[in-house]
This record gives sequence, C-alpha cells and structure tokens, in this order.
Amino acid sequence: MAYQLPGWAALAPTLTFVAAALVLFLIDSIDPDSENRALLAGTATVGSLVAAGFAAWFLIAGTGEEPFTLYADSLVVDSMSLFFAFVFASVTAMVVVASYDYMRDHSYQGEYYALVMLAATGMTLMPAANSLAVVFISLELASLPSYALVAILKKNRGSVEAGLKYFLIGALSSSILAYGISLVYGVSGTLLLPEIASAVEIEGLTGVLGIGVLMILGGFAFKTASVPFHFWAPEAYEGAPAPISAFLSSASKAAGFAVAFRVFTVAFPVEAYVATIDWVLAVQILAVVTMTLGNFAAATQDTVKRMLAYSSVGHAGYALIALASLTGTGSDQFVLGGGMAHLLVYGFMNTGAFLFVALAEYWSVGRTFEDYNGLAKQAPFACAAMTLFMFNLAGLPVGAGFMSKYFLFAGAVGAGFWWLTAVGAINSALSLYYYSRVVKAMWIEEPTQEFAIESKPVGLYAAIAAAAVVTVLLLPGFGPVWAFAQDAAAALV
Amino acid sequence: MWIEALIAVTLASAAVVFLAPNKVAGKLAFVLSLLPVGGSLWMYSTYEASGNALLEGSTLAFETNYQWVVAGPYSLNWHVGLDGISMPLIALTTVLTSLALLASWTPIQERQSQFYGLMLFLEASLLGVFSALDFFVWFVFWEMVLVPMYVLIGVWGGPRRKYAAIKMFVYTNIASLALFIGFVALVFGLGDSVTTFDMPTVAQALRAGELGSLGPIGPETLKVAAFVAMFVGFAVKVPVVPFHTWLPDAHVEAPTPVSIMLAGVLLKMGTYALLRFNFTMLPDVAQANAQLIAIFAVVSVLYGAMLALAQTDLKRIVAYSSVSSMGYVILGLVAYTVYGMGGATFQMVAHGLISGLMFMAVGVIYNTTHTRMVSDMSGLASKMPFTVAVFVAGAFGYMGLPLMAGFAAELFIFLGSFGAFEGSVLFTAAAMFGIVIVAGYLLLAMQRTLFGPFELETDYEVGPAAFHDVAPLVVLILLVILLGVDPNIFFGMIQDAVNPIAAATGGGA
Repeated sequence: MAYQLPGWAALAPTLTFVAAALVLFLIDSIDPDSENRALLAGTATVGSLVAAGFAAWFLIAGTGEEPFTLYADSLVVDSMSLFFAFVFASVTAMVVVASYDYMRDHSYQGEYYALVMLAATGMTLMPAANSLAVVFISLELASLPSYALVAILKKNRGSVEAGLKYFLIGALSSSILAYGISLVYGVSGTLLLPEIASAVEIEGLTGVLGIGVLMILGGFAFKTASVPFHFWAPEAYEGAPAPISAFLSSASKAAGFAVAFRVFTVAFPVEAYVATIDWVLAVQILAVVTMTLGNFAAATQDTVKRMLAYSSVGHAGYALIALASLTGTGSDQFVLGGGMAHLLVYGFMNTGAFLFVALAEYWSVGRTFEDYNGLAKQAPFACAAMTLFMFNLAGLPVGAGFMSKYFLFAGAVGAGFWWLTAVGAINSALSLYYYSRVVKAMWIEEPTQEFAIESKPVGLYAAIAAAAVVTVLLLPGFGPVWAFAQDAAAALV
Repeated sequence: MWIEALIAVTLASAAVVFLAPNKVAGKLAFVLSLLPVGGSLWMYSTYEASGNALLEGSTLAFETNYQWVVAGPYSLNWHVGLDGISMPLIALTTVLTSLALLASWTPIQERQSQFYGLMLFLEASLLGVFSALDFFVWFVFWEMVLVPMYVLIGVWGGPRRKYAAIKMFVYTNIASLALFIGFVALVFGLGDSVTTFDMPTVAQALRAGELGSLGPIGPETLKVAAFVAMFVGFAVKVPVVPFHTWLPDAHVEAPTPVSIMLAGVLLKMGTYALLRFNFTMLPDVAQANAQLIAIFAVVSVLYGAMLALAQTDLKRIVAYSSVSSMGYVILGLVAYTVYGMGGATFQMVAHGLISGLMFMAVGVIYNTTHTRMVSDMSGLASKMPFTVAVFVAGAFGYMGLPLMAGFAAELFIFLGSFGAFEGSVLFTAAAMFGIVIVAGYLLLAMQRTLFGPFELETDYEVGPAAFHDVAPLVVLILLVILLGVDPNIFFGMIQDAVNPIAAATGGGA
C-alpha cells in the first residue's frame, strides 16, 4: 500500500502559487529595492512550472477521476479543475519568463511577480469552486491583482487609465455577480452548486431565480470579456504591459470560462431549466454577438495590440459556443470538451501572439501594422513564430488551432446547433483577413523605418519559442489533449 | 516509416536552411534537397504495391496507419501510403524541387536563407499531400502548402506581387473551405457505418452506396452537392476555366523557381485531388454528368490556348498554356477508361516536367535579357545557343512531339476518351484541336524571339547562361525524353492503380 497523500494535497497547484507569492513577498521585504531580476523572475517561473508539473502529474495519474471535495464541499478537485490549472500554470510560466526582459527597467519588480502569482492562485481556484461563495472570492482574488498589474506602469498614462477603466467595470460586474448570487441563494437556500440544482424546484420564484442566473452570467461575461461586459478589454489589453495582456486574454479569460462551465452545468443543469429559465438561449445570443462584434472590430483596427484585443473578444464568442450548445443530452460532453480543448490551445497561441507584441514593444518597433513592415528581415525567427500564431488563431491547419476549433464546431453541429457553427465558421473565415495583415506587414511589405534592434532578449525569445513549439506539437499530439478535455467535460456532465 | 522519414528530413532541412547564413543557403538547400530525391528514387526502386489505394483489394507501399485522435464516435488516423498514382507524383515533387532550387541561384539575391527554407517547407507539405490517406492529415498538408506559397510570391515576386499573392491566397482558401464542407458532409451523410475520415474507408462506403440523408437533404442531392463543392474546390487549384484568373497573376509575379513549383507540382494537387475524391469516391455522379465536366475540360483546353495565343509576355504564354494542358487531364479523368485515367495521371507528371522546363527556360532568358516581352527581343539563338536549343526542344515536347513525355500522355488521353461516353468523340476532337493552337503560339513566339537577327530593347550584355542555370534544363529535357521513350517507367504502376476505378465502372479500352 503506497503512502496516501492527504486530501488537501490535491490542491498542490494552487498551494504552489501561494507559496511562490509568499516567497516573493519575503524576498521583497528583505530587499525592497531588489534589482535582482533573475531571482524574482526565476522564483515565479519555478513556481509556475512546479504548479504546471503538479497539474500534469495529477492529470496523468488520474487523481481527478474520483473528485476530491474539500472544506465542507466548497472546493472540488476533479479532472476539469486540474485541466484548467495546467492551462493557467503554463500561461503564467510563459508570461513570467517573458516579463524578465519586458519589465527590466521598471520599479516594483517584486510586487509585479507576486501579484502575478496571486492572480494565478485565484485562477486555479476558480474551476475548483463548488460553492457560489468560493466562486465570488476566487474571482475577486484573480481580479484584484489584475487591476494593479494593468496599471503597474505608473508613469504611463495609458496603463493607469486602462487600470482604472478595468477596475471600474470590474467593480460594477462584481456587484452584479454578488447580487445575482444573493438572489439565487434567496431562492434555493444554499450556496453549494450541486445543492442549488436539487433545491430550486420550488414553484413560483422563477422570476427572481431567472434574474439571479442572468446576473451571474453577466458577472462571468466580464471575466471572459464577452459582450456586453467587454468594453474594458481593448483598453486594458492595450494599456497594460504586453505580458499582462497575454496573461489576461489567455489565462484570465479561460478562468472565466472554467468557472462558467462548472456553475452552469452543475448548479443550473440545462435539462431542468430549459422549460423555465432558458439561459442557453441567452448564451447563444451572447455567443453570436460576441464573435461577430469582436471580429468586425478587430478588422478595423490600426494597431496590432488592439486588433489582438478584439480578436480575443471574438475568441470568447467561439468558446461561448461550448456553453451555448448544451442540450442536457449525450452531446454535451463532446462540445464542452471541445470548448476546453480550444481554451487550452488558445492559451498557447494567444499568449504567443501577445508576447510577440511585447517583443516588438521591447524593441520600440511601434504599434501599428505599418510599423511592423519588413520586420521579418531583422527577426525572421520571431516573425515565423508570429506567423504561426496568426494562422493558428485564424484556424488554418498549421497547428492545433485548426483542430480545436474544428472539434468545437463539430460538437455544436452534433448538438444540432448548425447555425451557431455557420456563424462561427463565417467569422473564422473573416478573421483571416486581419490576421494575415500582420503576416503581410512582417514579410511582404518593405520596411518604412530603420529598426534599432540591438539585442535578442533571451526571456522573450524563450517564451515565444515555447509557445510556438507547443502550438505546433499539439497538432500531432491532439489525441491526448482531446482525451483529457473529454475527461474534464465528463466531470461536469 | 519511409514516408515519415522523407517528410521529416525535408522539414528538418527547411529548418536548417532557414537558420543558415544567406551566403551558403542556396548551395546548402540544393545539397540537402538531394536527400529526398535519393529517398524517393530508392522508394521507387523498391516500390511494391498493387491496386488503387482507396479501393478494396489493394496493397500499399510504405503504408503506416496509427490512431491520432479519438473524438466521440470518430477517429482520426495518421494514415499514409503510396500507390501507382501517388508514387510518380512523389518522385516528380522531389526531383523538380531540387532543380528549382538550382534555378534559384541566379534570380534570388536577397533573404536567401528564408527563400530556400520556405521552398523546402513547401516540398515537405507537397509530399504530405500526395501521400496522406486520411482526410484530416491530407487537409493539414493541403493548407500548409499555401503558407510558404503566399510568402514566396509576396516577398520575392515582381512589381505586383502583393496583389498576386493575396489573390492566390484568397481564391484557394475559399476553395479549401468549399471542399472541406463538401467532404465532411459526405462523411456525416454516411451515418453510423463510417466513424473515421480515413479516405479508403469513406471511398469504399460511398461506392457501396451507403450514403444516407443528412438532415433534410436526401442522399442523391447530398451526393451531387458534395460533388459540386469538392469539384469547385479543386477546380480553383487545377485551375479549370472559369476559376483560373488567379493563375496568370501568380505566375507572372512569382519568381522563376516558384513558377516552376506552381506549374510543375501545385497544379497537380488539384487534378490529383479530383481523381482521388470526386472521380474515385463518387463515380456515378461524375459519369452521369460526364458531358458537363467534359465541357469544362474542353473550354479550358481551347480558351487557355487562345488566351496564350494573345499574350505578348513569354511567361504569360506558358502560364495560360498550363490551363490548356490541365484541361486534357480533366478530359482524361472523366473518360473513366484505363487509358484515359492513366493518361491523365501520366500527363500530371509529364506536364510537371515540361512546364517546369518551359518556366525555367523563360527564367534563364529573363535573367540575361531582363525582359520577357516577345516584341523586345529577337535572334537570341545566336547569343545563347544552348539555352535556346533546350527551349525549342521543350516547346516541341509541349506540342506533343512523339518520343517526348507529352506525346505519350496526350495520346493515352485521346485514345481513352475517344468514344468513352456519349458525345465524347466530339469533345475529344475539339480538344485535339487545342494542340494545333499550342503549336501555333509556341512556334510564333519562338520564331520572333529566338531566331532571326539579334536585337534587344534593353541594355544588358547577353551571353551564354551559367552552368547552374543550364544544367537543370538539360536534366529536365532528358527526363522528358526518357519518359517519352519508355512511358512504362511510370505507366505500368499508374495503370495498375487506375484499373480498378475504370474497370469497376465498365470502361473500355
């Protein structure tokens, strides 16, 4: 009989992030003006890699097959929460490695990395939340450090403005979420997700409950940057330091989806609700509007970072398809797994794209498409990686982006929502226009300026290369990804 | 394992060349490209297979089949293998890439490592297209071809390269979407009996008539709709008139080596896919609409040839004549006879070599004269006799001179299509008339540019071309003659692979 780890050990990815944050605070309090970037970034990198390692180990060892419920059932560790913990930890690792170069001249080094670790802690808790109270607290734990991180370039007007806007909309949506939770609690008398599902068969209160459900949906729409709470996203992604934009648009968005998947499948199962509170219809409308709006807005942008910000809104629309195609029947697992697999692949390709923007900002290349003209002559390797990210985001099969999107759409068709797929496919085809603009600028256009590229930053290059290699390798390795995503989805439906 | 090794070595070479310094990239790329050439020749020499890869009772060469992704009821596989149709195309791809790389040394004078890296990447993708037997694997490679092609035309092309590159990219991408939807609809239409995208499985199920309804669409409508979607998707690539307008732009703007790859191999992707998908999987639809398809073929032959006749730019002449030559392939395919389909497949290889040769020769002339306009030059034969000699030989190959590969291919096609279906006599006769036009414009262009007293509108010094420019021309013309003298180098295995399709549909001759 092997030694049995205690139950709380299942939270190892989360605990690792907490520990890394505490170590960073410790270092910062011993040497508040630390210039030792390698130590700080190194600690954060080790923390995220260990967390990712734990998540991967637990996934492979099958820890989540029998869900662990902890702390009076308020947390649940299953294959789904571990799957997302792996996504967040990998994105965090790439972000902190890239930050080593990007944040080189900024003060508040210690705080920066500690805040990233704390936000990651909150994110890993979100998919594990089994009670609406934990949902709210973990969402705030992920959000509060994010506000500060967006505004961390204190001398940069755009950064501070973006932080403020993000914070205000965040505060508003948090209050909406909290109000929604209170309404649901008022009707059901419990905060635990499985108990809500069994408790709310009381007649006569569907109106109150319906408003509560829609408000909770609104709160998640903020976190996932979906319409109608997407306004913060373009500002925040553009104003924030580019690695933080990568962090928010990949990990934070995926966290929002993770918690939405769990809450809506466990607490408000479709089969019980379709007759009274048809939240699936609301999600369908949100999905269509979000992807269309995100894509059209992205097509009209002049700056690359803002284009990526809107394209990230568009991708939120695709991921919403996973939630919008739930029918309460056997097809749910496929489409939900498709959404999760897409979020995993998206975590790598989108992070890579934003980190390339970080690299361009590091070189002071400029922000617009024209500024990128002819960049491939100077930095062919990084530009090849960026080309890969762009084509993957557009859904061309040069990496796993095509597979995950295809399976997500196939799942929606299988569930009978072919019109959602049609809208998604048209949007996806349209997106090739603005993604290929970046490729065209980098490779085909003649340079309009002299690039002052003096150095090839190791950290940024390493992070971009890692993202590119994983994005490509996930294509031949899509089998295990899909298997894990299906396991994760099976834990919910 | 050999196909995987072939693709992996080519990809690795691409990566090495991409990172190599500009100075050595050209030579390094050429040397590395000899590895896949050797590999494909070795595969040819040890090739042992029979039947058509998609149909029952076939044994494939170098086949591997692993499970890749299991998704719900469906499973995707890494399935590659060669039969008599794909083996010649693999050999064509590797040989033509090597020669195109050699032909790049003179015209490509900037960002060499990126250029040669992308060319090798293109080769790897093409090898994948011709060997993949699972739809998803095939589609991944099919789309992968576009990415290097877009950059190759867009960066190293002529003055209007950006327009040409984006036009090609958009046209072929929309086409890909159409064929993707068409094929996936077929698989879903097959219902529970087929739970894979494996091309042989799908083909056999379709031919066994297992197609059911897809939603409100009945099997007959679905079949025709899918056929049309896939036909349009592939017709853009071939290209068939009226889907051809991207081709002349792309060819004129593309640098010589890219034109060689485009005409020599990329167009064959379209006809190869037509043969594999439309004509093998849905033979009844193809045969029921044989006249309609034959009209497309004959219009391509005649219209392409007449457009070529009207051009004043040497490269445009060759580009439009490709449209014409690919029309023959379609005609041969729709005949559904062993000679027709075999000749069509043989024409893919023969035209690959001959059009490669022609583009290469035009490129060599352009390198020295810096013009491609027929009216700007005359009497080149006196200045660069060797290049001109090969050019003339190639042009005669294009016209279908006996003992050259083009003759064998076109003869087989005409033999096969004559009387194969109702009205085919008329179509074949009309298509044969195309050869007269081909001879017309090629002789006219040669007479004006190559012979007579030497004159040139530009101020460049004209002399014999460099050895590394002429060598690939000579290799190509020798290959064209070799295939013309002994078509059986490939025709035996081609016949073996198309036989089951033709026989199963009751074709003659």
